[in-house]
Amino acid sequence: MTTLQTAGQEAAAKVLEKFTSATRHEFRGESTVTVKLEELRAVMEFCRNVLKLNFLIDVSSVDNMGEEPRFMMVYELAKVDDSVHLRVKAAVAEQQADAGEVPTVSDLWATADWHEREVYDMMGIRFSGHPDLRRILMWEGYPYHPLRKEFPLAGRPSEMPDVAFTGEAPMADGPFVTSAGSTSRVQGEPRAR
Amino acid sequence: MVFSQARVRTRTRFREIVMETSKETSADTSADASGASSFATADAAGAALAHASYDSKIEGNVIFTRVDAAINWMRKNSLWPMPMGLACCAIELMATASSRFDISRFGAEVMRFSPRQSDVMIVAGTVTYKMALAVKRVWDQMPDPKWCIAMGACASSGGMYRSYAVLQGIDNLLPVDVYISGCPPRPEALIEGLMKLQAKIDGEESTRDLKAAAPADSIEA
Ligand code: SF4
Repeated sequence: MTTLQTAGQEAAAKVLEKFTSATRHEFRGESTVTVKLEELRAVMEFCRNVLKLNFLIDVSSVDNMGEEPRFMMVYELAKVDDSVHLRVKAAVAEQQADAGEVPTVSDLWATADWHEREVYDMMGIRFSGHPDLRRILMWEGYPYHPLRKEFPLAGRPSEMPDVAFTGEAPMADGPFVTSAGSTSRVQGEPRAR
Repeated sequence: MVFSQARVRTRTRFREIVMETSKETSADTSADASGASSFATADAAGAALAHASYDSKIEGNVIFTRVDAAINWMRKNSLWPMPMGLACCAIELMATASSRFDISRFGAEVMRFSPRQSDVMIVAGTVTYKMALAVKRVWDQMPDPKWCIAMGACASSGGMYRSYAVLQGIDNLLPVDVYISGCPPRPEALIEGLMKLQAKIDGEESTRDLKAAAPADSIEA
């Protein structure tokens, strides 16, 4: 697997060469570059057109609630022949997320269209230049972004007549709930009961 | 009460059964009421009447029972399921319908994807809030009488999905007749649930319900 690591490191080095403010992180043979949000679009274009990373595996987002900037966009890039793998990250502040300051990459990789819709739906990060930024999993009009940390797992009640409604799930007891305060993880597992 | 052929719309099927019953009876040399009473739904009063009225000329055309019993018996043995397959449980539902487990042994093999033609909705799978109102709508489109089986933990209670996205049991929206536990339930469990539903239908007061639902002059009974 050394060739794969080397190819990823090479790609990361090239990004760093071009964008001097980017930082690089290696972990178990995986290369990650972290760039400024303002440079994200240029970095992605560079990766697509110069490094020829023609496969966008995934777009995801992380909520680091309590930290500033709050969100992190994560792009997994690769080549279709799997010879290179590079991860690109960019921090996004809450105001930037609301204001739609994250540039879309859906014109570079068509697959980003739905990925970005999902990020918008679940995390509430808006993308500028996206051709059709609608919710993808929840329905238009659902008032929350459920993967944000302040949103409770049990959900919140909402109501859209004739479209959908939501309620709050009971989180106490039931056969699938881990027991809180048990002495060991094994004892706390639902199947231990 | 005399239950003769003209009374009930589904009389053709009913008569077939009558014929079968009468075949058994003719094998019995004493030719008493055992034929009529071997028809599972005849009650004691019916059996007594049958004895008095035995007549070989009309044998096979007349049988004594309660209308309720006859209607229930017809309904429970030809349940047409609406397969509301929403998640993994639907795979077991398909297995139940297929050759190995063969739900047609219980008269419920006619899966209809049109709610207008079905009378038992088998909710097999996780009902998300996004799907919930669609399930309700399909249910509303099914004609009465109709029943509902909640198959598996998800349909019964939300199952392991204690989450913002999943309706915590389809009984929040529709009346459920039978709940089947399991994740997923085995086909045997679904068949057991179906038999429970049949038992439940057998005890219904169908004539009273029909009278309550329809204008009085449309039913003779
Ligand atoms: S009860 Fe289990 S098998 Fe059935 S739909 Fe839910 S998760 Fe899937």
